[in-house]
Amino acid sequence: MRRFTLIAIPYLWLFALFLVPFLIVVRISFSYYELSIPPYGPQLDLSTGWDGVKAFFAELNWENYAFLTGDDLYWKAYLSSLKIALIATFFTLLVGFPIAYAMAKAAEEWRPMLMMLIILPFWTSFLIRVYAWIGILGTEGYLNQLLLGIGLIDAPLTILNTNVAVYIGIVYTYLPFMVLPIYAALEKMDDSLLEAAEDLGCTRTQAFWLVTAPLAKSGIIAGCFLVFIPSLGEFVIPSLLGGSDTLMIGKVLWEEFFSNRDWPVASTVAVILLLILIIPIILFQRNEQKQRETDG
Amino acid sequence: MAQSPQDVFAPWEDATEKPLIRFRNVTKNFGDFTAIDDLTLDIYAKEFFALLGPSGCGKTTLMRMLAGFEKPTTGTIELDGKDIANVPPNQRAVNMMFQSYALFPHLSVYENIAFGLKRSDMDKADIPARVDEMLRLTRLQKFAKRKPHQISGGQRQRVALARSLAKAPKLLLLDEPLGALDKKLRHETQFELMDIQEKTGTTFVIVTHDQEEAMTVASRVAVMDAGVIVQVATPDRIYENPNSVYVADFIGEVNFIEGHAAVVDGVATISWAEGQPPIRAKTDLSADTQCTYAVRPEKITITQDEPQDRPNKIKGAVLDIAYLGNISTYHVELPDGKVIKAQTANDRRIARRSFTWEDTVWLSWTDTAGVVLTA
Repeated sequence: MRRFTLIAIPYLWLFALFLVPFLIVVRISFSYYELSIPPYGPQLDLSTGWDGVKAFFAELNWENYAFLTGDDLYWKAYLSSLKIALIATFFTLLVGFPIAYAMAKAAEEWRPMLMMLIILPFWTSFLIRVYAWIGILGTEGYLNQLLLGIGLIDAPLTILNTNVAVYIGIVYTYLPFMVLPIYAALEKMDDSLLEAAEDLGCTRTQAFWLVTAPLAKSGIIAGCFLVFIPSLGEFVIPSLLGGSDTLMIGKVLWEEFFSNRDWPVASTVAVILLLILIIPIILFQRNEQKQRETDG
Repeated sequence: MAQSPQDVFAPWEDATEKPLIRFRNVTKNFGDFTAIDDLTLDIYAKEFFALLGPSGCGKTTLMRMLAGFEKPTTGTIELDGKDIANVPPNQRAVNMMFQSYALFPHLSVYENIAFGLKRSDMDKADIPARVDEMLRLTRLQKFAKRKPHQISGGQRQRVALARSLAKAPKLLLLDEPLGALDKKLRHETQFELMDIQEKTGTTFVIVTHDQEEAMTVASRVAVMDAGVIVQVATPDRIYENPNSVYVADFIGEVNFIEGHAAVVDGVATISWAEGQPPIRAKTDLSADTQCTYAVRPEKITITQDEPQDRPNKIKGAVLDIAYLGNISTYHVELPDGKVIKAQTANDRRIARRSFTWEDTVWLSWTDTAGVVLTA
């Protein structure tokens, strides 16, 4: 009985806070827009009994899904989000790997401090940190002032409200998610492996690609998914730092919901986004499981 | 080493023989710390050479200099007559078996062994045959496809050996190769190592802190202390003719008796305590000197009655008896409180023990049983 309770608690939690809301979203995605409160129909009317249930289900339909495939705004937004998330993930890896590598190679007594520095930004609100980038990247921002000041450029660069700013925002925000799993993988690595590789005829560079990189692989994969998955549906960063031409599905979703007040279409967008994300999430879980098997 | 007298392997006694490795006045400093202090040493081809010493004595540094992971601060190291100071580890005809084995966890046993071969100029087509040969040598054929975490510690040890031997190095370095194995497996593996060394004809240099291991496998043993080699000799000479108190004490059990030696015609008469007869011992010393007389417990005979015709004999009382199965060690207390250890082999299965605690006994030994040490 106690065991059952222990298992039941997390399942209840997931059921109440994930599955139920998700089913509500799915149900809305099959509804139609209506000027009422709530702004969609049909409503389930149980006063007419079984007929009411039947009437309710009869009115649910695929129209919103058909609409999404019909209007090219949506699939363009999905594609553009995928592209931005992929590029941003790549850059995060490019920045994050050397940081993780340096952390793993640092003297033992320094490591907790470095780890702290990576985690520290989390103690400030994410929104405020993204806002701060507006001050840095703007035409009159600190970055342009600095570059103009040292004479590297003559006219201020336009970074804010472009995709570049979005990449910078995503790399900055999600960097710890990339660094920590790679660091965990590299830290486990025995330094004598590199010496052994050298002893067996590798140059330092070969040893890196033949030993370090494969051993960091699971960390790299985990880090990439941890960055890619949330940045695909990212809304705050593109809306604050991106321009009018930055097309991301998170922004589309927000506009459907709050500007158009079209809950059914917004829900449909969300459901499809989730379906798209299921593939990388499953791949991520597989990677984790494989890693556990080799560790165990 | 078990060899017939006709073909004793002793290149170090042949002045015409060229050493494979030559350390010449090598010093290695790490900051203020001197790990190796002005060391000169020759190691010959096909030797199984053991570096023995407590941790921190510099034996690992010496090995890492041979592998190329450390450079000497001053002095030269020659391999086959060539100075190797500036040859990086990946270009030395030297391979190393690491204490942690350092097997690549993402590669199979086969790929681990092939790793070095793929980096060499060996023809791609010849690699599988060489790997198979190594697998056979180390009896690992069945495990070729497994990953290191899927095999036992003893098997991992053999993979590490096979991998380091695959490139047929001129010199194989073994850093505490058996340290992670349990005692029984360690003994078996020692003989296996000697076997493989003989079969491949490779020069082995082994680093160990286990004196028994060094004595078993090595053709010569170098006993190190604080960056200096104290004595280099064959295992039997190290044991029977230690050149210093340090070596005598480090290898096996020993009784030390401090005294003053008066030398006449190669025989030292050592006076060591009031009211005790002096110890007589053959020696190479020529002048009278303060000395430490060292005699191994198994060289001392223990008897109930006063023995006749023995150059050295002392009376004492049994203080302690350590029964070890094959042998028994008696701790005998002399009248002045000094304790001498004597060993007897338990060569009969069921025998009445002749002595028990507090019995008065006689200890006796010959004039060649011990050595007179002045260092």
